Amino acid sequence: MACEAGASRPSVVRGRGLKVSVTALSRAWRRVPAPLRVLVRLTVLLLAVSLVTFALVSASPIDPVQANVGQTAYLTMSPERRAALAERWGAGEGVLERWAAWLVDALHGDLGYSLRFNAPVVDVVAERLAGSALLLATAWLLSGALGLALGVLAGARRGSRLDRIVCGWCYLLSATPTFWLAMLALMVFSVWLGWFPVGFASAIGGTGAVSFAERLHHAALPALVLSLTGVANVALHTREKTLEVMEADYVRFARSRGESERSIVVRHGLRNLVLPALTLQCAQVSEIIGGSVLVEQVFSYPGLGQAAVTAGLGGDAPLLVGIALATALLVFAGNLAANLLYGVVDPRLRAGEVHHG
Amino acid sequence: MAGERFMVQGDAAAGTICVAASAWAAGLGRLRTTCEVDGRDVSLAAADATKMPHAAGAHRDAERHHHHLHAAGSRHPQGHHLLTVEQLSVSFSLYDPAAPFFRAGRIEVPVLHDLTLSVHAGEVLAVVGASGSGKTVLANALMGFYEPNARVTGRIWFDGELCDAAHLAELRGAGIALVPQSVANLDPLMRVGEQIVGPCGHGPAGRALRAERRERMAELFDAYGFDREVGRLYPHELSGGMARRVLLICALMGRPRLIIADEPTPGLDLDLAVRALDDLRAFADEGGGVLLITHDIELALRVADRVAVFHEGTVVEETATANFAAPELLEHPFTRALWHALPDHDFTACCDRDAGATARGVHGEGDR
Repeated sequence: MACEAGASRPSVVRGRGLKVSVTALSRAWRRVPAPLRVLVRLTVLLLAVSLVTFALVSASPIDPVQANVGQTAYLTMSPERRAALAERWGAGEGVLERWAAWLVDALHGDLGYSLRFNAPVVDVVAERLAGSALLLATAWLLSGALGLALGVLAGARRGSRLDRIVCGWCYLLSATPTFWLAMLALMVFSVWLGWFPVGFASAIGGTGAVSFAERLHHAALPALVLSLTGVANVALHTREKTLEVMEADYVRFARSRGESERSIVVRHGLRNLVLPALTLQCAQVSEIIGGSVLVEQVFSYPGLGQAAVTAGLGGDAPLLVGIALATALLVFAGNLAANLLYGVVDPRLRAGEVHHG
Repeated sequence: MAGERFMVQGDAAAGTICVAASAWAAGLGRLRTTCEVDGRDVSLAAADATKMPHAAGAHRDAERHHHHLHAAGSRHPQGHHLLTVEQLSVSFSLYDPAAPFFRAGRIEVPVLHDLTLSVHAGEVLAVVGASGSGKTVLANALMGFYEPNARVTGRIWFDGELCDAAHLAELRGAGIALVPQSVANLDPLMRVGEQIVGPCGHGPAGRALRAERRERMAELFDAYGFDREVGRLYPHELSGGMARRVLLICALMGRPRLIIADEPTPGLDLDLAVRALDDLRAFADEGGGVLLITHDIELALRVADRVAVFHEGTVVEETATANFAAPELLEHPFTRALWHALPDHDFTACCDRDAGATARGVHGEGDR
């Protein structure tokens, strides 16, 4: 025992030394100007996302050569040619080597060439993102607005019939898989009722420029389905927060001064719900992007989500990394916006910022 | 109709209070009852018949009536108390916590029972009891805040009128105002001035009301030595003493007759606590009534005219502060035990050990 105790002593000292250096490091980190800190975080995030995507693609059982030359061509190909192709695409190299090679190119502004779309990754991502933008933005705003309204109404009138209906509907929506809901909507509104087209971003075989109205008509149903699944999440969270606010001491005090329930919800409820609602709305960016992968697939909507599926199934590593980076950037921007807006909304944080600066 | 009891029950779905007693539901509305008639009262006929009758003549000092002993300053300006609470009981319907989870039935948990107290105009009545013994439930009942699962019975008169839950709700901010405990009762995201002024509505009428209330706020700011700029601050920027005065100003905006101060002193140092109570004292001296709910009997004795000793959900004794000078003047064993538990009093002399232990609990209870 004595021997063990003696042996453990140096490690304790070393541990303390480590702790000291960590605190010193974090103190130094806090001295770095805020914009620079954000930039460093973003760089680390993007590096990590690209590395993980490379690792996942290499772990996938799909053979990139077989997936990209096509079934028939692959069967008629001589083994030498296959080996040559594999050599050319670098299929045999290790993950880290490929990632390093990609990184060097990426730092020069070249994100690679998509095997499936036969075009530079940057072009494909830009085109697809533009295609998805309308869908994503509509779904994001719609789910946020509808979810907030329903959540506040349900929370402010806890236990009422409206509350029970909203909750029941939200539970039902949460339990419904997005793709199933998408297929159901497609069947009812496109096939039976014929209100909306069955798919794509514009009419098939159409020539010339696509009007905005036509694009909207095509995006409407997928956007609605995508926002519906988001509504449940936002509404239930907002309701929970509303209940919390309505039980706060300041609401009781406002009531004791004769403020009406309606005035309390508008004056105090909404004001104090802004922060959690902002957080939710920004977190919702990633939910919507995740959901768009499924919805775009069902509606054959030529967007980023569908491209991600194509890239994943085709072993198209450069495109997949490109898409992962683009979506990571979007989510990061969402969270950054939330952080900046907190300071605008909350006087306590504003004061804190002044204090630090 | 003498002694008619009303019962109010919350309605869970609508979030409103409905009066359940049949006489009330039958549309009698503001039922004015003659409460127990003071046998000695000769001036009863002179009192307004629709108001709660009371001895309009002066009471002798330390005279007993309506379950309480008077203090020197206890007055009845219009021939009645400012606030009278009689036989107030509040219970909550809960799932039996002792029963197995899925078979738990509903049980009634009484919090207040048969509570009777009165506040005169111009006096501070301190309700003294241990923390967590239901004093805040009393405050809520007086403000007309009833939880959906609450069952409230009894009679509450304000300024001589028998009140139901709706009437109590109307009185909020206007006749009865609350001074709460801490700065947590202010909206953290709203400027203090905006909170004090409160909602005024829109249009010309709203603007006029806003201007009027701003005027009133400026008046109160001057009275309490506040700079006008205080209105531009957020609650987190207030010091403890300022926050407390802001809460008081909020309560005073509607020119209330009665202030219910719900534990206004915890978290304040002695100096601030004394100043807080002095503000309440000043309000009472100008003719208002103060119901001071506290666990701190020493502070209560310093500022109050009378003390209602709260024990196990009811008021066991309502007496003049002066009677705390000697234990012989106190009637209830618990009050005597409380007296013995005060510092500088020899609490080992206490005869009832059980009551003594509880009384020390009341007394020793620090900030929540």
